Amino acid sequence: MSELPLTGQGGVRDDARPVPFRGGGFKPVRLRFLGAAVIVALILFVEWGTRAGVISNLTLPRPSDVLGTFRDLWTTGMLWDHLIPSLTRLAVGSALGVSTGIAVGVMIGLFSLARAGLVPLVAAIFPIPKIALLPLFVIWFGIDEGSKYALIAFGTFTPTVVSTYGAVDNVDRTLIRMGQSFGLGWWSIVRKIVLPGALPGILSGLRIGLSIGIILLVAAEMLGARYGIGAYILEAGSLYDLERLFAGVVILSALGVLTSGAIGWAERRLLAWRV
Amino acid sequence: MDLHLDRISHRYGRVEVLSDISLTIPQGRIVCIVGPSGCGKSTLLRMIGGLERPDQGAVLQQGLAPADCLNPLTFVFQDFALLPWRTVAGNVELVLEDHPLTRAARDRIVADVLARTKLSDFRDALPKQLSGGMKQRVAIARALAVNPAVMLMDEPLSALDAQTRELLMDDLIALWTRAPFTAVYVTHNLAEAVRLGHRIVVLSRRPGRIREVLSIDTPLSDRRAGDPALEAHQARLWQLMRDEAEAADMELSDV
Repeated sequence: MSELPLTGQGGVRDDARPVPFRGGGFKPVRLRFLGAAVIVALILFVEWGTRAGVISNLTLPRPSDVLGTFRDLWTTGMLWDHLIPSLTRLAVGSALGVSTGIAVGVMIGLFSLARAGLVPLVAAIFPIPKIALLPLFVIWFGIDEGSKYALIAFGTFTPTVVSTYGAVDNVDRTLIRMGQSFGLGWWSIVRKIVLPGALPGILSGLRIGLSIGIILLVAAEMLGARYGIGAYILEAGSLYDLERLFAGVVILSALGVLTSGAIGWAERRLLAWRV
Repeated sequence: MDLHLDRISHRYGRVEVLSDISLTIPQGRIVCIVGPSGCGKSTLLRMIGGLERPDQGAVLQQGLAPADCLNPLTFVFQDFALLPWRTVAGNVELVLEDHPLTRAARDRIVADVLARTKLSDFRDALPKQLSGGMKQRVAIARALAVNPAVMLMDEPLSALDAQTRELLMDDLIALWTRAPFTAVYVTHNLAEAVRLGHRIVVLSRRPGRIREVLSIDTPLSDRRAGDPALEAHQARLWQLMRDEAEAADMELSDV
C-alpha cells in the first residue's frame, strides 16, 4: 500500500468499485401537483366506471352529473344562498372559539394558578362530542344563529387551548432568561418572546381547530337550518339525490382545502424565520 | 463598579454545588472562572447576574454603575439566545425598547455596536442565515448596546469551532483594548482563560470551592497563542485541575 500515491488517479486498480450509496429516503420532498393529480385520477376513474357500467348509478353518482348540479347551483344563485350563511357561521364561531382559546391557553401557559385550575377542566370537556350539547345550546342561545355560533366556538376552543399552552410550554427557556437578564418587562417578554415563540404551535393547533369547526358547522346545520351547506346535504340525502349530496360534499372538501391552504400561507409568511 | 461575592454557598436539593465562595471582581478587569464540568461555575455566574439566588451569602455591588449604563449586569450566553424571528438589528434593538430612548438615539446605539462588532453589513439578516461565530458577535453587540458595567460571559465560545473561537478571541481582546470593560468569563477552556483573563479563578469539583486564584500581568494585547509564558500558566492550571477533572468525570450525576 505504501507505494501508492496519496493523491491523483495513479493508484486505482482494476478491481476498484464505487462505494454503494445507501443514504437515500426518509426526507420529504415537496411535490407540487401530485396531490391534485391523485384527486383528478380518482374522479376520472369514477367517471369512466359509471359510464362503462362497472359502477352502478346507485353506488356513486357520475362526476359529470355532479358538475352539472353544481352549475345549476351557480346559475340559480342557490350556491350563495347556502354558502354565505355557512361561511358566516364558520367565521364568527371559529373566531370566537380560537381567540378565547388562545387567550386561555396563554394564561394556562404563563400562570401556575390558571394551569392548576383549568387544565383538568379542559381535559374534561375535550372528549365531549360537542354535537351532543346542541339541544342545550339551543335552550341557552336560541334556535337561530346563536346556538350554531356557540357550538362551533366551543368545538374550536378546546383544541386551540391545548395546542396553545403546549406551544407556550415549549418556548425556549433560554430566550426568556435572556429577556429577564436584560431587564425586559414582563409584558415585553410575553409579547416579544413568548407569543412569537409559541406561534408555530398555535398555528398547527389552528389547523385541527378549524377542521373540527367545519365538521360542527355541518352538524349544526343538519339539526336546524333552512339554508347552509349542511341543510342542503341533509335535504339531498333524505331524497337520495346523490348528485346534490356529492355537490355539497365537494363544497365541504373545498372549504377544508382552502382553510388548510390559508393556514399554510400564514405559516410561510409569519414563520419564515424558522430553520 | 466592583462586585463582591461574599461567602456564597448553594445546594440543589441534597447536593451541595457551591461552598463558601468569596471573590472580588475589580472594575476594568476580566476574571475567568475555570473548573471541571459540574462544579457550579455557570450557577455562580447566574447568581452574579441575579438570575438565581444563593442559599447563603450574597453578591454585592460596590459603587455606582456609569450613568449611561442601561443594564449593569449583562449576560452573553453560550447558545447565543438570539430571537430567531428578529433580524440582527432587531435583536440588538430588543434590549433597548424598554428604555426611554428616542428613535434616533436607539438607531445610533444599534449602528454603533454593529460597527464595533463588524456586523453593519448584516443588520437585516435573520439568525438562521448566520454562522455560529456571527451569531455570537450579534449577542456581543446586543450586550454592548446596553453599555454594561459588568459582562457576564457563560462559555461564550464553547459552541464554536476552534478557528472561529480564535477569531472571536481576537475580537474580544480588540474590544477590551479599545474600551476596557469588566467581565466575568466562565469557561472550561484553559487556553481561553490564559488569553483573556487578568485573574483566573480555579474552582474544585462539586461542591465548588476556590482552589486558587492566578493573576496574569501581561497586557491582553501582548498575549499571543503559543506564548511560552502563557503556556506555562496553562500547564500550571491543568496541573491544578487534572485530578479534579478526572474525579468529576467518574462521578454519577444525580442533579
